[in-house]
Amino acid sequence: MKIVVCVKQVPDSAAKVVVENGTVTWGDAPLVINPWDEYAVETALLQKEALGGEVTAITLGGEGAKEALKHALAMGASDAILISDPTMSESDSQSVARVLAAAIQKLGDVKVAFFGRQAIDGDMGVTAAQTARALGWPMLSLVSVINSLDPAAGTIRVGRATEEGRQVVEAKLPAVVSVGKDIAEPRYPSFMGIRKASRAEIPTWSLAELGISAPSAVVKWPEVMNPPTREVVTELVSGGSPQEIAENLAEKILAEKVL
Amino acid sequence: MSNKVFVYIDQFKGAALPVSWESLSAARSLAENLGGGVTALVIGPQSQGVANEAFQYGADEVLYADDATLADYRPEPYTALISKLVKDAAAEALLFPTTSRGRELAAMSAVDLESGVMPDVTALSVEGGQVIATRPVYAGKLLSRVVCSAKPQIATTRTRAFPAPQPDASRSGTPTKVDAVLAEADISSKVVEYTTSDGGVSLADAAVIVSGGRGVSNNPALTPPAGLDEKQAEVWRAQQGFKLVSDLATVLGGAVGASRAAVDAGYIPYEHQVGQTGKVVSPDLYIACGISGAIQHQAGMRTSKVIVAINKDPEAPIFKMARFGVVGDLYAILPPFTEALRKKLG
Ligand SMILES: Cc1cc2nc3c(=O)[nH]c(=O)nc-3n(C[C@H](O)[C@H](O)[C@H](O)COP(=O)(O)OP(=O)(O)OC[C@H]3O[C@@H](n4cnc5c(N)ncnc54)[C@H](O)[C@@H]3O)c2cc1C
Ligand SMILES: Nc1ncnc2c1ncn2[C@@H]1O[C@H](COP(=O)(O)O)[C@@H](O)[C@H]1O
Repeated sequence: MKIVVCVKQVPDSAAKVVVENGTVTWGDAPLVINPWDEYAVETALLQKEALGGEVTAITLGGEGAKEALKHALAMGASDAILISDPTMSESDSQSVARVLAAAIQKLGDVKVAFFGRQAIDGDMGVTAAQTARALGWPMLSLVSVINSLDPAAGTIRVGRATEEGRQVVEAKLPAVVSVGKDIAEPRYPSFMGIRKASRAEIPTWSLAELGISAPSAVVKWPEVMNPPTREVVTELVSGGSPQEIAENLAEKILAEKVL
Repeated sequence: MSNKVFVYIDQFKGAALPVSWESLSAARSLAENLGGGVTALVIGPQSQGVANEAFQYGADEVLYADDATLADYRPEPYTALISKLVKDAAAEALLFPTTSRGRELAAMSAVDLESGVMPDVTALSVEGGQVIATRPVYAGKLLSRVVCSAKPQIATTRTRAFPAPQPDASRSGTPTKVDAVLAEADISSKVVEYTTSDGGVSLADAAVIVSGGRGVSNNPALTPPAGLDEKQAEVWRAQQGFKLVSDLATVLGGAVGASRAAVDAGYIPYEHQVGQTGKVVSPDLYIACGISGAIQHQAGMRTSKVIVAINKDPEAPIFKMARFGVVGDLYAILPPFTEALRKKLG
């Protein structure tokens, strides 16, 4: 069974991200695979291990984005593809989705494409659903368990964690699945995995190879700025006993008129 | 003439999610600038009641659909219907509340309508017919202005970022029923089973959140029942700690949150996690108990109005963002604190 997992390279979640002279920088903080995508890779690998087949990791980005692919390879992905094209300099979630959809179609016979919930740089959380729509495949989001995946019958059954509870949904394959954090703990790359990944030749596909021209990006970011600084003066509340501290703290909070 | 601004009202079992009305108020102010009125869309079983309510919250026209194919939320038939209605009306702007359904439907209808999506915005304005959105990026470390050059301009509004309108009983109207677009045979997914978790206050909408972290398990004075191994004893301790946290939340009519460390250690289910890989919240009052305040936790709560920290360690980063702090043991402070507030709030 052919499985795809879409991953993105992002600044580490602990990075101090600021705007300096109009550009976004994160100093020397490392770039890493988007943390949500590690769950997607883990889910894809578990399915491959259960059912056989291969997991192809794909990303759209610059040369540096190969590092995210290498992480997926080190975890155990079978192969990886970088989609990179100078004409994609301007992109929005939908143009990314259209390119990912074209790549998935080019791979052919893909049964499931796994995505992370959200990329922690743009915090969009829409690319999976847009890719599903572009492909015309059913979208299964917030998936916390894969109950069954049956390529022969052409069905997938998943549990979704929604705001109001848990939903079990069955869909026809092929399908797009985006996973949450509760699905499985991502494995650490093994020593062998890291070795294999570091030697891997990762092919680069251009848009021409996908048979498309750069989709136009209609969403633009004319300005990115540092948020207004919040002046918090921290007042430490003390007292002679826990009772007194508690009493003082309660008074102060009531005085803020937020209750 | 059709209205230029459309808004999707997210509802569950005949009750609108509160953020839907915030979206509607955002839609109203867009309409004031773009001209024309606001059309609200309500989809699902028992949606007629919500449709009626939408007039009171400010809609000029309300369309609702309760076809059997729309009984369970499924993105395909919902998207198909929304896209058709919005396209027929040639709407200029389309808003959704940032719920999981709202975000997904916004994303997918943007594809159908060949436009773009600006998810989870915290402010909207209009300049020369162009909607300008503001949205947090990099977990709120930065803010970005965003525009969509195609029509309709699609955005989802973050919970508690826009004013919650008061219902106006003098406003009323008759909602128009519309038909589903997809037949059952054209829908490639079905909902097999649904269990709703019993109520409680939803974290996103809560005005008050009391959260516990790894520190809630730290009370050596408690003696766990015999026969528990070390891990079980830790979880048992944490449950005693979370009892104190939830007692306080109850007195304040708030919700219980948690740090990832507390969730990962099995103290409390993931639904409660606040932070970058949990929920992003913005209550009026956020009380962090036994939470150090790691940057990924801050990502989920930094815009809270008043932050209170109770932590043993005076160096904990959470104190840097707190309005009030108590350096002390949460086990000692929480019971009298809850009691004091219970009395004062009557
Ligand atoms: C990719 C990524 C995503 C993440 N996402 C999230 C997220 O969404 N949410 C999140 O919260 N974290 C997240 N984290 C984890 C984050 O980095 C921290 O590890 C986590 O927030 C720490 O939780 P904590 O404050 O409960 O635990 P700790 O950092 O261990 O802090 C416990 C605190 O409790 C205090 N304490 C101990 N005993 C007591 C007592 N009896 N009374 C009072 N105080 C006491 C201690 O002084 C300490 O400050 C993420 C990390 C990564 C790498
Ligand atoms: N450039 C990209 N290349 C590959 N996958 C991506 C890319 N951008 C986003 N994704 C996938 O889409 C998910 C959601 O991203 P986003 O909508 O940007 O928050 C991510 O977790 C990835 O799985």
